[in-house]
Amino acid sequence: MNVICCLKQVPNTAEVKIDPETNTLIRAGVESITNPYDTVALEAGLIIKDKYGGTVTAISMGPPQAEEILREAIALGADEGILLSDRAFAGADTLATSYTLAKAIQQLERPAPVDLVLCGKQAIDGDTAQVGPGIATRLGYGQFTYVAEIREIDEAKRRITVKRKVEGGFEVIRGPLPAVLTVELDLAKPRRASLPRLIYSLRTGITLWNAETIHGDPQRLGLKGSPTWVKKIFSPPLKQGGPVFDARKEPRRAVEDCLNILLADEMFAWHFLKRWER
Amino acid sequence: MREQFDVAIVGAGPAGISAAHVLGGRGIKTIVFERGEYPGAKNISGGVLYGHDLARILPDFREKGCPIERNIVESRLWYLSNDGGYSVAFRDRAFCDRLFLNAFTVGRARFDRWFAEQTKEKGILVVCSTVVTDLLRDARGQVIGVMTDRPEGDVKARVVLLADGINSALAAKTGFRPEPNPHDVALAVKDVIELPEELINERFNVETGQGVTTEIIGEITEGMDGVAVIYTNRNSLSVCIGANLSDFVKSRVKPYEMLERLKEHPMVAPLIRGGQSKEYMAHWVAEGGYDSIPGLSGNGYLIAGDSGMLFNALHREGSNMAMTSGRFAAEAIVEAFDKGDFSSNGLAGYLERLDGSYIMEDLKKYRGFGKFRLEHHELFTTLPRLHSFAAREMLTVDGVSKKEKQRIIWKAIRKEISTGKMIRLFRHGWGSIK
Repeated sequence: MNVICCLKQVPNTAEVKIDPETNTLIRAGVESITNPYDTVALEAGLIIKDKYGGTVTAISMGPPQAEEILREAIALGADEGILLSDRAFAGADTLATSYTLAKAIQQLERPAPVDLVLCGKQAIDGDTAQVGPGIATRLGYGQFTYVAEIREIDEAKRRITVKRKVEGGFEVIRGPLPAVLTVELDLAKPRRASLPRLIYSLRTGITLWNAETIHGDPQRLGLKGSPTWVKKIFSPPLKQGGPVFDARKEPRRAVEDCLNILLADEMFAWHFLKRWER
Repeated sequence: MREQFDVAIVGAGPAGISAAHVLGGRGIKTIVFERGEYPGAKNISGGVLYGHDLARILPDFREKGCPIERNIVESRLWYLSNDGGYSVAFRDRAFCDRLFLNAFTVGRARFDRWFAEQTKEKGILVVCSTVVTDLLRDARGQVIGVMTDRPEGDVKARVVLLADGINSALAAKTGFRPEPNPHDVALAVKDVIELPEELINERFNVETGQGVTTEIIGEITEGMDGVAVIYTNRNSLSVCIGANLSDFVKSRVKPYEMLERLKEHPMVAPLIRGGQSKEYMAHWVAEGGYDSIPGLSGNGYLIAGDSGMLFNALHREGSNMAMTSGRFAAEAIVEAFDKGDFSSNGLAGYLERLDGSYIMEDLKKYRGFGKFRLEHHELFTTLPRLHSFAAREMLTVDGVSKKEKQRIIWKAIRKEISTGKMIRLFRHGWGSIK
């Protein structure tokens, strides 16, 4: 199996704050990390490699310092790290990004066909969840979004069975390879790099590709290829707390009030009944 | 297969990285282990570094982009009671030119990262997020490598340099440096308060790029043996207070409450007004001095920096001793390689260098200072209160004659401290630092 994992370097949003006056992100001093969903995608790729053999290639588009996350990927077990870095890529929205990544994957298809492209379901900075499906569309691969489990890969029949999250439950579907999977956090728990691999990753080089290497159409790259314009960024108003039931004086009354409100909610009642049935 | 290195360094702080610089420069194959996500992620200090010791390792540290916050041009000493206190300050033009960067403030997260980054071109491997859990030894007990918490995590090394700081689990585990006694360490807490650069310039009466250190003792540590500092960074102030751990145990004072009270002190509050707390942290400080220093070398290993309790409690110097002890360790290791002898004999150059330098001289000079402070708690209680009382009395204009005021002051002093005790205090104090 030849697996490609797409990784994005993102600011650690746990630390990012929004300047209330300018409504822009305060990024100064914020650590960069690998998008957590992408670390799961990489882990899934490594599990597949452990099981079926083959290669895992980590690719990322970003500024030169994004090299860091590819090095981490190599430490964890990726065979190669490819960084797509070029001024021409800068300012890309999800359309241009998925175009750029798809073009790079086409280059990787040349020596050997690609079986799987794994992405996180979304990035924690933009939360769009559009790049994975965008890549699938451009490459003509099947797409499986919100994958919570890879059930089976049938190499002979070239098909894959996955369990994916859908509104209110799960769905198990099967489809042909090659495919793009976008993964949920519960798919796998990222491993810890072994010391020899970590040392190897510090010594090894990262492959650098630019617009020319991937034969990208300049009109479709970076800012030029991005029709999205950000009109405004704002913090949504803080949610008001829900009702409070004071159980200190009349506990029975408080529990009753609470239940009345909960049972009035159809979804809650439905889940409750289902659990009770079991 | 375990990879064989020449040297394994535990800890990417000032001591470990200084050693790495020297070893890398000599082409010695070195690996550095850091438990934080990056060098500096877990390192804390008041934040003052010294140009002299750094320049011995990286002479062109300024050109290489050392992240300097402010060059210290003035040092202030405050002796405070709860309501006010004395202030002494010294500033000299020399600190702006001839002695430029004699001392300067840094943010450790940025500095340590930068300092470690500079070793890359010398071929040093810095491995982060990795904890060294134990040492590898051969049948004779010679240290021959380290074990880490990673899968396949052992590496072999001819010499291991332990530079993992005061809070070293490894030191305790190996027994090389027993867990310090409570009276040999201080617990310090620090708040980094963000303020606009110009406002700090105004409040501290300095130009852009210039900074002030303020060292404070008195009633602020609530009767405990301790000290507080305020250091100026480019656009923040480090406000730090700490006290001897054995005093904390006795007094049950909560460190963060002590810090909050310091921030409300009339001398401090106006300096930090309007500031935003950006970071809050706590750390141990190796205050035990000369007598708490463990054996710093053995067969196949050396100990440097805070891990070896190399800290001058009176002058608040630690980072310089860390850097220089790291450099000495590296130089001794180079000698050991020349001789092909990695026993404590082969590594003896380390202790010789320490003994012949300011490090051991200073630590010896002040060896009684810790004991003196712990035996004279009045330094942090009665004395600052009486001092403030005396000054306030003399400055109060209320028709009482100065002679009468002097009599009142003397009476107050004599009531609280006997003449014998006062003489003992001066004699011990002088004896501990002379």
